[in-house]
Amino acid sequence: MVSEKEIYALLEGVFDPEVPVLSIIDLGIVRSVRVENETALIVITPTYIGCPAMQTIEKDITIQLEANGIQDFEVSTSIAPAWTTDWMSEKGKKKLKAYGIAPPQDEADKSVLFADPLVVPCPKCDAQETKMISQFGSTACKAHYQCKKCQEPFDYFKCLR
Amino acid sequence: MTKQEALYQYLLRMGDDSLILGQRLSELCGHGPILEEDIATTNISLDLIGQATLLLEYAGSLAEEPKSNDELAFLRIEKEYTNTLLVEQPNGNFGDTMMRQFLFDAYRKPLLEHLLESTDNRLSGIAEKALKETKYHLRHSSEWVIRLGDGTEESHAKIQAALDALFRYADELFFENEVDAILLKEGIIPSAKVIFPFWKKTVTEVLEMATIDLPKNNWKFKGGREGRHSEHMGFLLAEMQYMQRTYPNMEW
Repeated sequence: MVSEKEIYALLEGVFDPEVPVLSIIDLGIVRSVRVENETALIVITPTYIGCPAMQTIEKDITIQLEANGIQDFEVSTSIAPAWTTDWMSEKGKKKLKAYGIAPPQDEADKSVLFADPLVVPCPKCDAQETKMISQFGSTACKAHYQCKKCQEPFDYFKCLR
Repeated sequence: MTKQEALYQYLLRMGDDSLILGQRLSELCGHGPILEEDIATTNISLDLIGQATLLLEYAGSLAEEPKSNDELAFLRIEKEYTNTLLVEQPNGNFGDTMMRQFLFDAYRKPLLEHLLESTDNRLSGIAEKALKETKYHLRHSSEWVIRLGDGTEESHAKIQAALDALFRYADELFFENEVDAILLKEGIIPSAKVIFPFWKKTVTEVLEMATIDLPKNNWKFKGGREGRHSEHMGFLLAEMQYMQRTYPNMEW
């Protein structure tokens, strides 16, 4: 019988289609894995409600488990409690930066009106002088920034809390 | 009316507001005034349609004959939609789009904050998820209202005109009827009267920074919450429902 630990290990090999360096474990969207009556029950959670990657992720999990000879499993989605970027692993944040996406900062960019914009260091040259181009980037979970020092435009994985 | 029927109606209202505004914003895909705003408005559209999915899914499970969220989204007739008139108004110029969004976001955010306390766990779960996104929406729309209002002579005139045209629909956001009374008693929803001061405060602050004034004309329009829509709604539905009507039961 398959163990929860083995399932987790296999899920390390399923990647976010939008950010292909992050496994779904790194991203923290695997909420739980339980084995009950020889069936593995996997619960995942979306980063943003309308995240179009969820269906692909579900399919990728199916492909990964079946390829490894696991037949009895169910993948379901749960939205509560809501995902936050705190669920992303430290390893995941390092991988993001190496990939050129600024990882979420410790503070949510949550003040509604004209607070000082958050300092997001450039993932390429580490300069602190960067500017937000748009709060909405290439996917729902990212904002668009530019480094004032090296001029490199980059994505920032928004802090969501 | 039973509690279940009332909750069904209330979820439809919220779901329809999200769905119809999401549909409106999706019209900007590939047509945004600049690339960043093209991406921003379609991101917001995606969030809203995601919220609609959850709200309508929940509503459908409470219907007398259970319905899927697709059935509710695409196969009702116009008078069965209960979104406010505000969200169905056309995109107009960018100032119109942002003012419509701002008046809505300033209402949606405190509503979701209060729904966190709902005695209905499924609804509070949806609110918790949606609130995180809605904070970004409000920040985005209010910054644009300020930037345009306190911008050039032309942008100021346009955003003022947008407010003059749209403010008459804002009152309907705080519509209440029997549905609210039933759910309020059960602690499932907050009263619209509780939400109103939060909306008013945000609107007052932002309009002041934007140097634009509330319209003097005090006309108020309503009807959407009771299924009476503006002319624009039919055209919107024709486009939104086209695929499902032409190819019944199709799925992606």
